[in-house]
Amino acid sequence: MGMTMTQKILAAHAGLPEVHAGDLIEAKLDIVLGNDVTTPVAVGVFEKAGFDRVFDKDRIVITLDHYTPCKDIKSAELCVTARNFARKHGITHLYDVGTVGIEHALLPEQGLVGPGDCIIGADSHTCTYGALGAFSTGVGSTDMAAGMAAGVNWFKVPPAIKVELTGKLQPYVSGKDVILHLIGEIGVDGALYKSIEFTGEGVAELSMDDRFTISNMAIEAGGKNGIFPVDDKTIEYITGRFGREPVVYEADEDAEYERTVTIDLSALEPTVSLPHLPSNTRTITEAAGMHIDQVVIGSCTNGRISDLRAAAAIIKGRKVADGVRCIIIPATQEIYMQCLEEGILRTFVEAGCAVSAPTCGPCLGGHMGVMADGERAVTTTNRNFVGRMGHTGSEVILASPAVAAASAVSGCVADPRVLQG
Amino acid sequence: MRGKAWKFGDHVDTDVIIPARYLNAPEPSELAKHCMEDIDKSFAGSVQEGDIMVGGWNFGCGSSREHAPVSIQASGISCVIAASFARIFYRNSINIGFPILECPEASAAIAAGDIIDVDTRTGVITDETTGQTFQARPFPAFIEQIIDKGGLLSYLKEKQDS
Repeated sequence: MGMTMTQKILAAHAGLPEVHAGDLIEAKLDIVLGNDVTTPVAVGVFEKAGFDRVFDKDRIVITLDHYTPCKDIKSAELCVTARNFARKHGITHLYDVGTVGIEHALLPEQGLVGPGDCIIGADSHTCTYGALGAFSTGVGSTDMAAGMAAGVNWFKVPPAIKVELTGKLQPYVSGKDVILHLIGEIGVDGALYKSIEFTGEGVAELSMDDRFTISNMAIEAGGKNGIFPVDDKTIEYITGRFGREPVVYEADEDAEYERTVTIDLSALEPTVSLPHLPSNTRTITEAAGMHIDQVVIGSCTNGRISDLRAAAAIIKGRKVADGVRCIIIPATQEIYMQCLEEGILRTFVEAGCAVSAPTCGPCLGGHMGVMADGERAVTTTNRNFVGRMGHTGSEVILASPAVAAASAVSGCVADPRVLQG
Repeated sequence: MRGKAWKFGDHVDTDVIIPARYLNAPEPSELAKHCMEDIDKSFAGSVQEGDIMVGGWNFGCGSSREHAPVSIQASGISCVIAASFARIFYRNSINIGFPILECPEASAAIAAGDIIDVDTRTGVITDETTGQTFQARPFPAFIEQIIDKGGLLSYLKEKQDS
Protein backbone atom coordinates (compact mmCIF):
# COMPACT_ATOMS: atom_id res chain seq x y z
CA MET A 1 0.00 0.00 0.00
CA GLY A 2 1.34 3.42 -0.95
CA MET A 3 1.76 6.45 1.25
CA THR A 4 0.16 9.89 1.10
CA MET A 5 2.36 12.97 0.75
CA THR A 6 2.05 13.63 4.49
CA GLN A 7 2.96 10.05 5.38
CA LYS A 8 6.08 10.23 3.16
CA ILE A 9 7.32 13.38 4.89
CA LEU A 10 6.67 11.86 8.32
CA ALA A 11 8.40 8.58 7.37
CA ALA A 12 11.47 10.47 6.14
CA HIS A 13 11.65 12.51 9.35
CA ALA A 14 11.20 9.40 11.49
CA GLY A 15 13.96 7.56 9.59
CA LEU A 16 11.52 4.83 8.58
CA PRO A 17 11.04 3.29 5.11
CA GLU A 18 7.29 3.54 5.51
CA VAL A 19 4.61 4.52 7.99
CA HIS A 20 0.91 3.69 8.16
CA ALA A 21 -2.10 5.58 9.45
CA GLY A 22 -2.35 5.11 13.22
CA ASP A 23 1.39 4.46 13.81
CA LEU A 24 2.89 6.40 16.72
CA ILE A 25 6.24 7.76 15.56
CA GLU A 26 8.95 10.13 16.72
CA ALA A 27 9.92 12.57 13.97
CA LYS A 28 12.73 15.11 13.62
CA LEU A 29 11.63 18.73 13.42
CA ASP A 30 12.96 21.28 10.94
CA ILE A 31 11.31 24.29 12.59
CA VAL A 32 9.70 24.88 16.01
CA LEU A 33 7.56 28.02 16.27
CA GLY A 34 5.92 29.96 19.07
CA ASN A 35 4.29 33.37 19.61
CA ASP A 36 3.84 35.83 22.47
CA VAL A 37 0.85 33.92 23.88
CA THR A 38 2.26 30.39 23.70
CA THR A 39 6.04 30.87 24.06
CA PRO A 40 5.99 32.16 27.67
CA VAL A 41 4.04 29.06 28.74
CA ALA A 42 6.53 26.87 26.83
CA VAL A 43 9.45 28.65 28.51
CA GLY A 44 7.94 27.90 31.93
CA VAL A 45 7.48 24.22 31.07
CA PHE A 46 10.99 23.99 29.53
CA GLU A 47 12.66 25.49 32.57
CA LYS A 48 10.55 23.66 35.16
CA ALA A 49 11.55 20.33 33.62
CA GLY A 50 15.21 21.31 34.06
CA PHE A 51 16.27 21.76 30.43
CA ASP A 52 19.05 24.31 29.98
CA ARG A 53 19.74 24.29 26.24
CA VAL A 54 17.79 24.30 23.01
CA PHE A 55 18.39 21.71 20.29
CA ASP A 56 19.29 24.26 17.59
CA LYS A 57 19.13 28.04 17.99
CA ASP A 58 18.64 28.47 14.22
CA ARG A 59 15.57 26.26 14.01
CA ILE A 60 13.40 27.95 16.62
CA VAL A 61 11.27 30.91 15.56
CA ILE A 62 9.61 33.24 18.06
CA THR A 63 7.16 35.84 16.75
CA LEU A 64 5.70 38.44 19.11
CA ASP A 65 2.60 39.04 17.03
CA HIS A 66 -0.63 38.45 18.96
CA TYR A 67 -0.94 41.30 21.47
CA THR A 68 1.80 43.54 20.04
CA PRO A 69 2.55 46.41 20.09
CA CYS A 70 1.66 45.42 23.64
CA LYS A 71 -1.91 46.16 24.61
CA ASP A 72 -1.43 46.09 28.38
CA ILE A 73 1.07 45.47 31.15
CA LYS A 74 0.42 41.75 31.38
CA SER A 75 1.00 41.17 27.69
CA ALA A 76 4.15 43.32 27.89
CA GLU A 77 5.38 40.98 30.61
CA LEU A 78 4.70 37.95 28.41
CA CYS A 79 6.88 39.52 25.71
CA VAL A 80 9.66 40.13 28.24
CA THR A 81 9.64 36.42 29.15
CA ALA A 82 9.84 35.41 25.48
CA ARG A 83 12.57 37.97 24.66
CA ASN A 84 14.70 37.01 27.65
CA PHE A 85 14.52 33.35 26.71
CA ALA A 86 15.44 34.13 23.09
CA ARG A 87 18.44 36.20 24.19
CA LYS A 88 19.61 33.67 26.77
CA HIS A 89 19.65 30.89 24.19
CA GLY A 90 20.82 33.00 21.25
CA ILE A 91 17.67 32.27 19.21
CA THR A 92 18.42 33.56 15.71
CA HIS A 93 14.84 34.15 14.61
CA LEU A 94 13.17 36.39 17.19
CA TYR A 95 10.74 38.79 15.52
CA ASP A 96 9.74 41.76 17.65
CA VAL A 97 7.83 44.99 17.04
CA GLY A 98 9.30 46.62 13.94
CA THR A 99 10.29 43.39 12.21
CA VAL A 100 7.47 41.11 13.30
CA GLY A 101 4.65 40.11 11.03
CA ILE A 102 1.75 37.73 11.60
CA GLU A 103 3.63 34.46 11.98
CA HIS A 104 2.03 32.43 9.19
CA ALA A 105 2.56 35.16 6.62
CA LEU A 106 6.03 35.95 7.98
CA LEU A 107 7.72 32.53 8.03
CA PRO A 108 7.10 31.67 4.34
CA GLU A 109 7.98 35.24 3.31
CA GLN A 110 11.28 35.11 5.23
CA GLY A 111 12.08 31.71 3.71
CA LEU A 112 12.18 29.94 7.07
CA VAL A 113 9.89 27.10 5.94
CA GLY A 114 9.80 25.18 2.68
CA PRO A 115 8.93 22.01 0.78
CA GLY A 116 9.50 18.71 2.58
CA ASP A 117 9.89 20.28 6.03
CA CYS A 118 8.42 18.84 9.22
CA ILE A 119 7.23 21.80 11.31
CA ILE A 120 5.39 22.27 14.60
CA GLY A 121 4.15 25.59 15.88
CA ALA A 122 2.42 26.51 19.11
CA ASP A 123 -0.36 28.14 17.15
CA SER A 124 -3.21 26.25 15.56
CA HIS A 125 -2.79 27.92 12.15
CA THR A 126 0.71 26.50 11.72
CA CYS A 127 -0.95 24.22 9.15
CA THR A 128 -0.55 27.18 6.72
CA TYR A 129 2.87 25.95 5.51
CA GLY A 130 1.24 22.91 3.93
CA ALA A 131 0.78 25.28 0.98
CA LEU A 132 4.54 24.90 0.40
CA GLY A 133 4.43 21.09 0.42
CA ALA A 134 5.59 20.80 4.04
CA PHE A 135 4.12 18.76 6.88
CA SER A 136 3.17 21.46 9.33
CA THR A 137 0.83 21.29 12.28
CA GLY A 138 -0.32 23.28 15.28
CA VAL A 139 0.52 22.09 18.78
CA GLY A 140 0.47 23.46 22.32
CA SER A 141 3.13 25.03 24.50
CA THR A 142 4.37 21.78 26.05
CA ASP A 143 4.91 20.36 22.56
CA MET A 144 6.82 23.52 21.66
CA ALA A 145 8.96 23.10 24.78
CA ALA A 146 9.62 19.45 23.89
CA GLY A 147 10.51 20.45 20.34
CA MET A 148 12.89 23.17 21.55
CA ALA A 149 14.57 20.75 23.98
CA ALA A 150 14.87 17.67 21.81
CA GLY A 151 14.30 18.66 18.17
CA VAL A 152 11.86 15.78 17.89
CA ASN A 153 8.27 15.11 18.85
CA TRP A 154 5.71 12.33 18.76
CA PHE A 155 3.02 12.07 16.12
CA LYS A 156 0.20 9.71 15.30
CA VAL A 157 0.42 9.13 11.55
CA PRO A 158 -2.83 10.53 10.10
CA PRO A 159 -5.15 9.00 7.53
CA ALA A 160 -6.10 11.39 4.73
CA ILE A 161 -8.94 13.03 2.85
CA LYS A 162 -8.24 13.85 -0.78
CA VAL A 163 -9.65 17.10 -2.10
CA GLU A 164 -9.65 17.03 -5.88
CA LEU A 165 -9.75 20.53 -7.39
CA THR A 166 -10.96 21.02 -10.96
CA GLY A 167 -11.68 24.09 -13.08
CA LYS A 168 -10.69 27.69 -12.44
CA LEU A 169 -11.96 30.37 -10.03
CA GLN A 170 -14.32 33.04 -11.38
CA PRO A 171 -13.61 36.77 -10.82
CA TYR A 172 -14.10 37.87 -7.17
CA VAL A 173 -13.86 34.26 -5.98
CA SER A 174 -10.68 33.32 -4.07
CA GLY A 175 -8.92 30.73 -1.93
CA LYS A 176 -11.01 31.86 1.05
CA ASP A 177 -14.20 30.85 -0.74
CA VAL A 178 -12.66 27.46 -1.58
CA ILE A 179 -11.81 26.65 2.04
CA LEU A 180 -15.07 28.03 3.50
CA HIS A 181 -16.98 25.94 0.95
CA LEU A 182 -14.98 22.83 1.90
CA ILE A 183 -15.56 23.36 5.64
CA GLY A 184 -19.27 23.83 4.91
CA GLU A 185 -19.23 20.51 3.04
CA ILE A 186 -17.33 18.35 5.55
CA GLY A 187 -17.99 20.18 8.84
CA VAL A 188 -15.76 21.55 11.59
CA ASP A 189 -14.71 18.02 12.54
CA GLY A 190 -14.90 16.54 9.04
CA ALA A 191 -11.13 16.09 8.91
CA LEU A 192 -10.54 15.46 12.64
CA TYR A 193 -7.09 13.87 13.19
CA LYS A 194 -6.68 13.64 9.39
CA SER A 195 -4.58 15.17 6.63
CA ILE A 196 -6.30 17.10 3.90
CA GLU A 197 -4.36 16.57 0.66
CA PHE A 198 -5.25 18.95 -2.16
CA THR A 199 -4.72 17.67 -5.66
CA GLY A 200 -6.05 17.87 -9.20
CA GLU A 201 -5.64 20.14 -12.20
CA GLY A 202 -7.27 23.04 -10.32
CA VAL A 203 -4.22 23.37 -8.04
CA ALA A 204 -2.18 24.96 -10.84
CA GLU A 205 -4.85 27.68 -11.18
CA LEU A 206 -4.44 28.78 -7.55
CA SER A 207 -1.92 31.46 -6.57
CA MET A 208 0.42 30.79 -3.65
CA ASP A 209 -1.56 33.30 -1.57
CA ASP A 210 -4.76 31.35 -2.30
CA ARG A 211 -3.01 28.12 -1.27
CA PHE A 212 -1.77 29.68 1.99
CA THR A 213 -5.34 30.75 2.81
CA ILE A 214 -6.68 27.27 2.06
CA SER A 215 -4.03 25.37 4.07
CA ASN A 216 -4.37 27.93 6.90
CA MET A 217 -7.97 26.94 7.61
CA ALA A 218 -7.49 23.14 7.43
CA ILE A 219 -7.66 23.27 11.24
CA GLU A 220 -11.16 24.75 10.99
CA ALA A 221 -12.23 21.39 9.53
CA GLY A 222 -10.41 19.68 12.42
CA GLY A 223 -7.50 18.71 10.15
CA LYS A 224 -4.02 17.88 11.37
CA ASN A 225 -2.57 19.47 8.25
CA GLY A 226 -3.63 20.65 4.79
CA ILE A 227 -1.03 20.06 2.11
CA PHE A 228 -0.51 21.01 -1.54
CA PRO A 229 1.75 19.36 -4.10
CA VAL A 230 4.90 21.26 -5.03
CA ASP A 231 4.73 22.77 -8.53
CA ASP A 232 6.33 25.55 -10.57
CA LYS A 233 4.49 28.22 -8.56
CA THR A 234 5.84 26.81 -5.30
CA ILE A 235 9.40 26.75 -6.63
CA GLU A 236 9.04 30.26 -8.01
CA TYR A 237 7.78 31.46 -4.60
CA ILE A 238 10.62 29.93 -2.57
CA THR A 239 13.38 30.92 -4.99
CA GLY A 240 15.46 33.65 -3.40
CA ARG A 241 13.73 33.15 -0.04
CA PHE A 242 14.17 29.61 1.25
CA GLY A 243 17.68 29.07 2.59
CA ARG A 244 17.64 25.30 2.71
CA GLU A 245 17.39 22.67 -0.04
CA PRO A 246 13.72 21.92 -0.80
CA VAL A 247 12.72 18.26 -0.76
CA VAL A 248 9.77 17.42 -2.98
CA TYR A 249 7.48 14.57 -1.95
CA GLU A 250 4.59 13.20 -3.98
CA ALA A 251 1.79 10.91 -2.86
CA ASP A 252 2.05 7.36 -4.22
CA GLU A 253 -0.38 6.39 -6.95
CA ASP A 254 -1.87 3.76 -4.64
CA ALA A 255 -1.98 5.94 -1.51
CA GLU A 256 -5.07 5.30 0.56
CA TYR A 257 -7.63 8.06 1.20
CA GLU A 258 -10.60 7.72 3.53
CA ARG A 259 -12.71 9.79 1.19
CA THR A 260 -12.42 12.06 -1.82
CA VAL A 261 -14.16 15.41 -2.09
CA THR A 262 -14.27 17.04 -5.52
CA ILE A 263 -14.58 20.81 -5.84
CA ASP A 264 -15.19 22.45 -9.21
CA LEU A 265 -13.50 25.82 -8.71
CA SER A 266 -15.42 27.37 -11.61
CA ALA A 267 -18.74 26.63 -9.90
CA LEU A 268 -17.86 28.36 -6.59
CA GLU A 269 -19.47 31.61 -5.56
CA PRO A 270 -18.26 34.10 -2.95
CA THR A 271 -19.00 32.27 0.31
CA VAL A 272 -19.37 33.43 3.92
CA SER A 273 -19.61 31.66 7.28
CA LEU A 274 -22.34 33.03 9.53
CA PRO A 275 -22.03 32.92 13.33
CA HIS A 276 -20.98 30.86 15.26
CA LEU A 277 -19.17 28.09 13.39
CA PRO A 278 -16.95 28.22 10.28
CA SER A 279 -19.08 25.41 8.82
CA ASN A 280 -22.21 27.58 8.87
CA THR A 281 -21.65 28.63 5.27
CA ARG A 282 -23.90 30.51 2.85
CA THR A 283 -23.33 31.88 -0.64
CA ILE A 284 -23.05 35.65 -0.72
CA THR A 285 -26.42 35.84 -2.44
CA GLU A 286 -28.05 34.24 0.60
CA ALA A 287 -26.27 36.49 3.11
CA ALA A 288 -26.25 39.85 1.32
CA GLY A 289 -27.92 42.73 3.15
CA MET A 290 -27.14 41.71 6.73
CA HIS A 291 -26.33 44.75 8.87
CA ILE A 292 -22.69 45.23 9.96
CA ASP A 293 -20.76 47.53 12.31
CA GLN A 294 -17.18 46.57 11.54
CA VAL A 295 -14.94 45.10 8.85
CA VAL A 296 -11.50 43.60 9.45
CA ILE A 297 -9.22 42.81 6.51
CA GLY A 298 -6.03 41.08 7.62
CA SER A 299 -4.88 38.06 9.71
CA CYS A 300 -2.77 34.97 8.99
CA THR A 301 -5.61 33.84 6.72
CA ASN A 302 -5.99 36.91 4.50
CA GLY A 303 -3.48 39.66 5.25
CA ARG A 304 -1.20 38.99 2.25
CA ILE A 305 -0.50 41.36 -0.61
CA SER A 306 -2.95 39.81 -3.06
CA ASP A 307 -5.67 40.02 -0.37
CA LEU A 308 -5.02 43.72 0.15
CA ARG A 309 -4.84 44.36 -3.60
CA ALA A 310 -8.22 42.65 -4.02
CA ALA A 311 -9.70 44.80 -1.23
CA ALA A 312 -8.15 48.01 -2.57
CA ALA A 313 -9.48 47.38 -6.08
CA ILE A 314 -13.01 47.48 -4.64
CA ILE A 315 -12.49 50.27 -2.11
CA LYS A 316 -10.66 52.63 -4.54
CA GLY A 317 -12.68 55.76 -5.21
CA ARG A 318 -15.32 54.82 -2.65
CA LYS A 319 -15.84 55.61 1.04
CA VAL A 320 -16.37 53.32 3.99
CA ALA A 321 -20.11 53.46 4.67
CA ASP A 322 -21.47 55.60 7.49
CA GLY A 323 -21.65 53.67 10.74
CA VAL A 324 -19.05 51.09 9.67
CA ARG A 325 -15.47 50.86 10.98
CA CYS A 326 -13.02 49.29 8.53
CA ILE A 327 -9.71 48.07 9.95
CA ILE A 328 -6.94 46.98 7.58
CA ILE A 329 -3.94 45.03 8.84
CA PRO A 330 -1.14 44.15 6.42
CA ALA A 331 0.28 40.88 7.76
CA THR A 332 3.99 41.74 7.58
CA GLN A 333 6.25 44.76 7.25
CA GLU A 334 7.18 43.66 3.71
CA ILE A 335 3.50 43.59 2.76
CA TYR A 336 2.98 46.96 4.48
CA MET A 337 5.83 48.38 2.39
CA GLN A 338 4.37 46.89 -0.81
CA CYS A 339 1.03 48.54 0.03
CA LEU A 340 2.86 51.81 0.53
CA GLU A 341 4.71 51.57 -2.77
CA GLU A 342 1.66 50.50 -4.76
CA GLY A 343 -0.49 53.34 -3.39
CA ILE A 344 -2.82 50.88 -1.68
CA LEU A 345 -2.35 52.49 1.72
CA ARG A 346 -3.47 55.83 0.28
CA THR A 347 -6.55 54.16 -1.19
CA PHE A 348 -7.45 52.72 2.21
CA VAL A 349 -6.82 55.88 4.21
CA GLU A 350 -8.64 58.12 1.71
CA ALA A 351 -11.65 55.81 1.93
CA GLY A 352 -11.74 56.17 5.71
CA CYS A 353 -10.15 52.86 6.74
CA ALA A 354 -7.89 52.57 9.80
CA VAL A 355 -4.58 50.89 8.86
CA SER A 356 -2.62 49.09 11.58
CA ALA A 357 0.89 47.73 11.99
CA PRO A 358 1.04 43.92 11.68
CA THR A 359 -0.73 42.15 14.57
CA CYS A 360 -3.15 39.26 15.10
CA GLY A 361 -5.07 41.72 17.33
CA PRO A 362 -8.79 41.70 16.53
CA CYS A 363 -8.94 38.15 15.09
CA LEU A 364 -8.88 36.67 18.59
CA GLY A 365 -10.51 39.60 20.35
CA GLY A 366 -7.11 40.72 21.62
CA HIS A 367 -6.99 44.40 20.68
CA MET A 368 -7.27 46.74 17.67
CA GLY A 369 -10.96 46.14 17.02
CA VAL A 370 -12.68 44.35 19.92
CA MET A 371 -16.49 44.44 19.61
CA ALA A 372 -19.27 45.35 22.05
CA ASP A 373 -22.49 43.46 22.79
CA GLY A 374 -24.78 43.31 19.77
CA GLU A 375 -22.16 44.35 17.21
CA ARG A 376 -21.48 42.39 14.04
CA ALA A 377 -18.39 42.25 11.82
CA VAL A 378 -17.51 40.90 8.41
CA THR A 379 -13.90 39.78 8.65
CA THR A 380 -11.29 37.96 6.59
CA THR A 381 -10.13 36.10 9.70
CA ASN A 382 -10.62 32.41 10.45
CA ARG A 383 -12.95 31.85 13.42
CA ASN A 384 -16.43 33.04 14.29
CA PHE A 385 -16.95 31.29 17.62
CA VAL A 386 -19.01 32.90 20.39
CA GLY A 387 -17.04 35.86 21.77
CA ARG A 388 -14.14 35.39 19.38
CA MET A 389 -13.84 39.11 18.55
CA GLY A 390 -15.02 40.50 21.86
CA HIS A 391 -18.34 40.41 23.75
CA THR A 392 -20.18 37.08 23.73
CA GLY A 393 -23.11 38.99 22.25
CA SER A 394 -21.07 40.14 19.22
CA GLU A 395 -21.03 38.27 15.92
CA VAL A 396 -18.40 37.48 13.29
CA ILE A 397 -19.09 36.64 9.66
CA LEU A 398 -16.09 35.10 7.86
CA ALA A 399 -15.51 36.19 4.29
CA SER A 400 -12.93 36.84 1.57
CA PRO A 401 -11.14 40.20 1.20
CA ALA A 402 -13.35 41.04 -1.81
CA VAL A 403 -16.57 40.43 0.14
CA ALA A 404 -15.22 42.26 3.21
CA ALA A 405 -14.24 45.28 1.10
CA ALA A 406 -17.59 45.33 -0.72
CA SER A 407 -19.35 45.12 2.64
CA ALA A 408 -17.27 47.97 4.12
CA VAL A 409 -18.34 50.41 1.41
CA SER A 410 -21.92 49.12 1.27
CA GLY A 411 -22.63 49.15 5.02
CA CYS A 412 -23.98 45.61 4.94
CA VAL A 413 -22.88 42.17 3.75
CA ALA A 414 -22.41 42.74 0.03
CA ASP A 415 -21.57 40.85 -3.16
CA PRO A 416 -18.46 42.30 -4.85
CA ARG A 417 -19.73 41.08 -8.25
CA VAL A 418 -22.88 43.16 -7.92
CA LEU A 419 -21.01 46.21 -6.63
CA GLN A 420 -18.46 46.08 -9.45
CA GLY A 421 -21.12 45.41 -12.06
CA MET B 1 -11.64 9.45 40.40
CA ARG B 2 -15.20 10.34 41.32
CA GLY B 3 -17.23 13.49 41.06
CA LYS B 4 -20.25 15.39 39.79
CA ALA B 5 -20.77 15.74 36.04
CA TRP B 6 -20.69 19.15 34.34
CA LYS B 7 -22.31 18.70 30.96
CA PHE B 8 -21.50 20.67 27.79
CA GLY B 9 -22.49 20.31 24.13
CA ASP B 10 -20.74 19.73 20.79
CA HIS B 11 -17.84 21.78 19.39
CA VAL B 12 -16.94 23.43 22.69
CA ASP B 13 -14.09 25.63 21.45
CA THR B 14 -11.03 26.88 23.28
CA ASP B 15 -12.25 30.48 22.95
CA VAL B 16 -15.15 29.71 25.29
CA ILE B 17 -13.08 27.40 27.53
CA ILE B 18 -10.73 30.30 28.19
CA PRO B 19 -11.35 33.54 26.24
CA ALA B 20 -8.35 35.29 24.68
CA ARG B 21 -8.88 38.32 26.92
CA TYR B 22 -7.48 36.25 29.79
CA LEU B 23 -4.47 34.75 27.98
CA ASN B 24 -2.28 37.64 29.09
CA ALA B 25 -2.13 36.10 32.59
CA PRO B 26 -1.27 32.43 32.07
CA GLU B 27 -0.91 31.34 35.71
CA PRO B 28 -3.18 28.28 36.20
CA SER B 29 -4.98 29.78 39.22
CA GLU B 30 -5.82 32.95 37.24
CA LEU B 31 -7.05 30.95 34.23
CA ALA B 32 -9.21 28.77 36.48
CA LYS B 33 -11.19 31.85 37.60
CA HIS B 34 -12.47 32.38 34.05
CA CYS B 35 -12.78 28.79 32.83
CA MET B 36 -15.95 28.26 30.71
CA GLU B 37 -17.28 31.70 31.68
CA ASP B 38 -18.50 32.54 28.16
CA ILE B 39 -20.87 29.54 28.10
CA ASP B 40 -21.53 28.98 31.82
CA LYS B 41 -20.90 31.88 34.18
CA SER B 42 -21.65 29.68 37.21
CA PHE B 43 -18.99 27.06 36.45
CA ALA B 44 -15.83 28.60 37.89
CA GLY B 45 -17.56 29.59 41.14
CA SER B 46 -19.35 26.28 41.75
CA VAL B 47 -17.08 23.51 40.44
CA GLN B 48 -15.81 21.21 43.19
CA GLU B 49 -12.42 19.53 43.35
CA GLY B 50 -12.69 16.15 41.60
CA ASP B 51 -15.75 16.98 39.46
CA ILE B 52 -15.90 15.57 35.95
CA MET B 53 -16.49 17.48 32.71
CA VAL B 54 -18.54 15.82 29.98
CA GLY B 55 -18.52 17.24 26.44
CA GLY B 56 -19.96 16.22 23.06
CA TRP B 57 -18.23 15.91 19.70
CA ASN B 58 -15.02 17.79 18.80
CA PHE B 59 -14.41 19.07 22.34
CA GLY B 60 -11.66 21.70 22.51
CA CYS B 61 -11.70 22.75 18.86
CA GLY B 62 -10.07 25.95 17.67
CA SER B 63 -6.96 27.62 19.01
CA SER B 64 -3.89 25.69 20.17
CA ARG B 65 -3.87 27.45 23.54
CA GLU B 66 -2.70 25.01 26.18
CA HIS B 67 -4.29 27.47 28.57
CA ALA B 68 -7.58 25.62 27.81
CA PRO B 69 -6.81 22.22 29.39
CA VAL B 70 -4.69 24.00 32.02
CA SER B 71 -7.68 26.14 33.05
CA ILE B 72 -9.98 23.10 33.26
CA GLN B 73 -7.42 21.15 35.29
CA ALA B 74 -6.77 24.10 37.61
CA SER B 75 -10.51 24.61 38.15
CA GLY B 76 -10.56 21.29 39.99
CA ILE B 77 -11.93 19.06 37.23
CA SER B 78 -10.26 15.65 37.48
CA CYS B 79 -11.06 14.27 34.03
CA VAL B 80 -12.84 15.21 30.78
CA ILE B 81 -15.04 12.72 28.96
CA ALA B 82 -16.19 13.58 25.42
CA ALA B 83 -17.59 11.91 22.32
CA SER B 84 -14.46 13.13 20.51
CA PHE B 85 -11.70 15.65 21.09
CA ALA B 86 -10.13 18.16 18.73
CA ARG B 87 -6.60 16.96 18.12
CA ILE B 88 -4.54 19.81 19.60
CA PHE B 89 -6.62 19.82 22.78
CA TYR B 90 -6.12 16.04 22.97
CA ARG B 91 -2.32 16.36 22.62
CA ASN B 92 -2.17 19.24 25.07
CA SER B 93 -4.09 17.33 27.73
CA ILE B 94 -1.83 14.29 27.43
CA ASN B 95 1.26 16.49 27.38
CA ILE B 96 0.32 18.17 30.68
CA GLY B 97 -0.64 14.83 32.24
CA PHE B 98 -4.38 15.61 32.38
CA PRO B 99 -6.59 12.54 31.84
CA ILE B 100 -9.20 12.70 29.08
CA LEU B 101 -11.38 9.89 27.79
CA GLU B 102 -13.11 9.47 24.46
CA CYS B 103 -16.45 7.70 24.85
CA PRO B 104 -19.46 8.69 22.68
CA GLU B 105 -21.84 6.46 24.66
CA ALA B 106 -20.95 8.00 28.02
CA SER B 107 -21.04 11.49 26.51
CA ALA B 108 -24.59 10.92 25.27
CA ALA B 109 -25.95 9.17 28.38
CA ILE B 110 -24.51 11.12 31.30
CA ALA B 111 -26.72 13.95 32.59
CA ALA B 112 -25.56 17.11 34.35
CA GLY B 113 -25.20 16.49 38.06
CA ASP B 114 -24.82 12.70 37.83
CA ILE B 115 -22.15 11.21 40.06
CA ILE B 116 -19.49 9.65 37.85
CA ASP B 117 -16.70 7.25 38.71
CA VAL B 118 -13.80 6.95 36.26
CA ASP B 119 -10.98 4.44 36.13
CA THR B 120 -8.57 6.02 33.65
CA ARG B 121 -6.37 2.91 33.50
CA THR B 122 -9.13 0.54 32.38
CA GLY B 123 -11.26 3.21 30.70
CA VAL B 124 -14.34 2.10 32.66
CA ILE B 125 -16.79 4.93 33.33
CA THR B 126 -19.63 4.36 35.83
CA ASP B 127 -22.63 6.64 36.18
CA GLU B 128 -23.50 5.95 39.80
CA THR B 129 -26.70 7.95 39.53
CA THR B 130 -28.17 5.74 36.80
CA GLY B 131 -26.09 2.60 37.36
CA GLN B 132 -24.88 2.54 33.74
CA THR B 133 -21.29 1.63 32.86
CA PHE B 134 -19.34 2.54 29.73
CA GLN B 135 -16.03 1.49 28.24
CA ALA B 136 -13.79 4.26 26.87
CA ARG B 137 -10.98 3.52 24.46
CA PRO B 138 -7.85 3.00 26.59
CA PHE B 139 -4.68 4.97 25.78
CA PRO B 140 -1.82 3.37 23.82
CA ALA B 141 1.04 2.34 26.15
CA PHE B 142 3.29 5.19 25.00
CA ILE B 143 0.69 7.82 25.90
CA GLU B 144 0.00 6.16 29.23
CA GLN B 145 3.71 6.47 29.99
CA ILE B 146 3.59 10.22 29.34
CA ILE B 147 0.59 10.65 31.63
CA ASP B 148 2.21 8.46 34.29
CA LYS B 149 5.33 10.65 34.26
CA GLY B 150 3.15 13.72 34.79
CA GLY B 151 3.52 15.06 31.26
CA LEU B 152 5.68 15.10 28.14
CA LEU B 153 8.54 17.18 29.47
CA SER B 154 9.12 15.06 32.57
CA TYR B 155 9.00 12.02 30.31
CA LEU B 156 11.54 13.55 27.91
CA LYS B 157 13.85 14.75 30.67
CA GLU B 158 13.91 11.35 32.30
CA LYS B 159 14.65 9.77 28.93
CA GLN B 160 17.44 12.26 28.23
CA ASP B 161 19.02 11.83 31.67
CA SER B 162 19.04 8.03 31.55
